Amino acid sequence: MVGDGILKGMAETARNFFGSYVSKDRLVTLQYPEQRDPPIESARSFPFLVFDGADWQQGMRCVACQICEKECPPKCIFIEKSKDKKPDAYGKPQFFPATFNIDISVCMSCQICVEVCPFDAIKMDVVTDLSSADRFGGLLLDRQRLAKSDEYYNSIHPTEAAAVDARRAAEQARQAAKAKAAAEAKSDAEAKLAEATPAQPAIGEPQ
Amino acid sequence: MTQTLDQIFVLAAHRLMSYLPAAFHPLCSAILSVAAIIIVFATLFALTTWLERKGLGRIQNRYGPNRVGPCGILQPIADGVKSLTKEDIVPITADHAVHFLAPVLLVAASFLGYAVLPIGRNMVLVNLNAGVLYFFAVGSMMELAVFMAGWSSRSKYSLLGAMRAIAQMISYEVPLVLASIVVIMQAGSLSTVSIVDLQAAYTGIWPHWFVFTPWGFAGFVLFMVAATAESNRSPFDLPEGESEIIAGYYTEYSGFKFALFFLGEYIGMFATSGMAITLFLGGWSAPFSFLTWVPSYVWFFAKLLAIISVFIWIRGTLPRLRMDQLMNLAWEFMLPMALLNLFTAGLWHFMAAGSLRWLVCSTMVVVPCILLSRGLKHKKKFQVRTYHYSQ
Repeated sequence: MVGDGILKGMAETARNFFGSYVSKDRLVTLQYPEQRDPPIESARSFPFLVFDGADWQQGMRCVACQICEKECPPKCIFIEKSKDKKPDAYGKPQFFPATFNIDISVCMSCQICVEVCPFDAIKMDVVTDLSSADRFGGLLLDRQRLAKSDEYYNSIHPTEAAAVDARRAAEQARQAAKAKAAAEAKSDAEAKLAEATPAQPAIGEPQ
Repeated sequence: MTQTLDQIFVLAAHRLMSYLPAAFHPLCSAILSVAAIIIVFATLFALTTWLERKGLGRIQNRYGPNRVGPCGILQPIADGVKSLTKEDIVPITADHAVHFLAPVLLVAASFLGYAVLPIGRNMVLVNLNAGVLYFFAVGSMMELAVFMAGWSSRSKYSLLGAMRAIAQMISYEVPLVLASIVVIMQAGSLSTVSIVDLQAAYTGIWPHWFVFTPWGFAGFVLFMVAATAESNRSPFDLPEGESEIIAGYYTEYSGFKFALFFLGEYIGMFATSGMAITLFLGGWSAPFSFLTWVPSYVWFFAKLLAIISVFIWIRGTLPRLRMDQLMNLAWEFMLPMALLNLFTAGLWHFMAAGSLRWLVCSTMVVVPCILLSRGLKHKKKFQVRTYHYSQ
């Protein structure tokens, strides 16, 4: 009979129509700004700068070596090196970026800056709602907007951040051991020097 | 009390008129009624766009618009503001005058039909004694507007879309009018008011609606299918096909002119649905004799909303037809059925009332319907398509 397929289809759509009022499971749409999907660990949007501790200026890992600026394929990073030095996380005096800008309207999220950074200072963020009515100011992120804490990095990419932290801890331990060894060597040398000093006149004794 | 409530708009209009000198009465009363019709049906259009998006959303297990106002009810206002503030782009090679006039004519033509629709008891703008004829005559003006839009845009998509739309609208005008002729035969009048008056009678609690007869039911179904095609709605929405001809004849329209096409299409759909209600569903009359206390215009709009919901339901269900399927349905199935229905209606008129009349007339509707659909199915041959020019 003509039309029975149509009736079957209409019964199906009617079932969907009333079913969507009865069971909430049918409505799969995520009401975006209020509800969000759980974050995906391997997601990436744009780079940000990691800092340790509470003060972003003090704890900034970046030493303004400008490798990322040179490697960036679309040239969206702009760095100005500081004139003076400040102690970094290991207490070593380092340069720091006086200006660090990333134009995210140019950035292509390739992650090359992250791969080349020897200091684990630049990492990829997961924030996507960055739209702005101001094309120039709103999308040109300065170092204050880029700076995000290590805790935040740990929260968005836990696995990756744990590896980074382990590597940094090992490096720190190595540096500390080296410093200690150096200090020991230095003190040994000093001690030897002190030991040797009284004998010095003896050396100078005429034969 | 119920009498007053039923006639409240008529009485209010009379009251307003009584403040004016008698010489102005015909003009002012016409303007008042026209303004009322335009406001009511434009509001219904806004409501329908919201209902449609909500309904389609629910059919597809989505929420539909839910951001502007409670449950997204203010969405049509946001859409209106958007289309008003958009740039109005006219192609440089377009025929500017015709390009501008096409949407205006479409909206004007679709509103003209309401002049003869009885919205309630004594609520009709003009009681023409050739009302049904007038309705179909102004309804065919919409084809002219569509062709003006397609031709003046000077775009091949617009032109092809307009050709499709015209082919479809003219083809379906034939079964549309033939399906409504059975009512005219039975009522013996072309006046919409007397057609409704004839149906507003009751046997027991049951109304004398024409849809409750074999020929009336067949006529109603044919009429509604043709009306769907006339208003270019799914599954007959071929005049706009994103993959083939973009938006059809209104490809080159933007901003408020595009919104006017949208408005015209919906207003036309309401008008044809209103005509279906008038012809087959008893117009403003109540479905049961014990419900006659409800004001007549409430029934009209309840029936209109019911038909609109079915339109939305169908749009959410059926995929689009192919052009040849569309034409075959009109000429090979609906036209013979509509012609046969004329004979059924004639037989019904001349046979004595009783169960024999019901049996004979139902058979005359059902059997040809089955045979015709079977026959058309068997006629179909599936074969590898050969292209004559492209190889």
